[in-house]
Amino acid sequence: MSDIPAPIAMLAELTHRCPLSCPYCSNPLEMVRGAQEMPTEIWADVFAQAARLGVLQLHLSGGEPAARRDLPELVADARAAGLYVNLITSGIGLTAARLDALEAAGLDHVQLSLQGVRASTADRIGGYKGGFDRKMDLARLIADRGLALTINAVMHRTNLDDLPRMIEMARDLGARRIEIACVQFYGWALKNRAGLQPSRAQVDQAKAIVAAARADSNGRLVIDFVPPDYYADYPKSCMGGWGSTGLNIAPDGTVLPCHAAQTLEHLEFQNVQQTALADIWYRGAAFNAYRGNAWMPEPCQSCPRKALDHGGCRCQALALTGDAAATDPVCRKSPDRAKVDALLAEGETGTDADWVYRMSPV
Amino acid sequence: MNVPVLPSGVRLHEDRVRNCIVLLGPERALLLDASGTAILNAVDGVRSMAEIAQELAQRFGAPLDAVRTDVEGFLKDLAARRLVDIV
Ligand code: SF4
Ligand code: SF4
Repeated sequence: MSDIPAPIAMLAELTHRCPLSCPYCSNPLEMVRGAQEMPTEIWADVFAQAARLGVLQLHLSGGEPAARRDLPELVADARAAGLYVNLITSGIGLTAARLDALEAAGLDHVQLSLQGVRASTADRIGGYKGGFDRKMDLARLIADRGLALTINAVMHRTNLDDLPRMIEMARDLGARRIEIACVQFYGWALKNRAGLQPSRAQVDQAKAIVAAARADSNGRLVIDFVPPDYYADYPKSCMGGWGSTGLNIAPDGTVLPCHAAQTLEHLEFQNVQQTALADIWYRGAAFNAYRGNAWMPEPCQSCPRKALDHGGCRCQALALTGDAAATDPVCRKSPDRAKVDALLAEGETGTDADWVYRMSPV
Repeated sequence: MNVPVLPSGVRLHEDRVRNCIVLLGPERALLLDASGTAILNAVDGVRSMAEIAQELAQRFGAPLDAVRTDVEGFLKDLAARRLVDIV
């Protein structure tokens, strides 16, 4: 089908409901209510369509996916469709019995988020008392079953200095992989940017810690590290290029090129309950809006890096410059880079006392 | 003993859209070529890397030394990314 590649990964936000209320949550500010969530059989059909389209990996996410009672059924449906099934969870709502059911359904991998390395900070960040202890119990249950585990550590000003302990904990908990994701500023995190943004010194130290941990883990722990992009000279390659490797389904079936795309209000996003997934991927106006290079302005258009970073992130361009088709303002070549530098300077003064916590939809 | 094995969370998958075999693991999807497919198909948690090389050299009528270098290089690279365990 022309030169548009088939997608490799799909993120399914099964629900936006969640017992936690992290101030950097990647859900949109306007969340989908429980009553609008798609039922089991429609999700099952979406998984089958995705597999036929070429999707290999399915990430079951939320909100908290365990808030869906039909989670084991959904896992079984996704496996039957031929997908690799990864569960992205806070762990709250999972018990030994539910883990058994998920394992029996064919779950391939669990990605457990940790908000911090001790109960006092972690529970304050997640806004859920007792959460840390339950995560520790759950990690042990996962290890007992021999299920593949990744620790997902979301880092920011308040916990970035605990990084060495976080890496140690991932090893102790039997994870094969840790994803150290510094908060990127969209949605809730953008609202709370000043109180979340780490200092340059913190980030430089984190990079050194990661480099050292990689050198000494010799293959024992895979470390994926996403530094905060404001301190970078060039933007991240967002989604590996718009509409080229992945897609995101909101709880109500809205199909998005990335999880933050709903901020691009000038685009119309189609719903998989009305239109076939392949139609949306190949022919949908939203997916074609920033595909390839033709839409790019200068300085991207004549830049040799455009094949590497695709001009950066559209949501960030819109949020910081007001123009979704602008060069990502993180880029040193962007005429708007001064805006990012101004935010960095301002961020030096923010504190976590100002956090606005997300709220779960009903 | 140098026996390669696919750890939990890593498996081979037949990709009918791209017409190839893929190795799937946490956040990883590797599209395999014919030689990668042959090597990983031979990984059964019983045979050592040397035994796998021997079998493949025989099957494809290729010089054993070259095949052994290929097999070990390929599997050790995957092991460094924790997509294969060598036990
Ligand atoms: S509130 Fe926290 S745990 Fe819940 S979905 Fe958002 S980031 Fe994940
Ligand atoms: S000018 Fe555009 S393509 Fe070049 S590095 Fe900056 S964002 Fe990337």
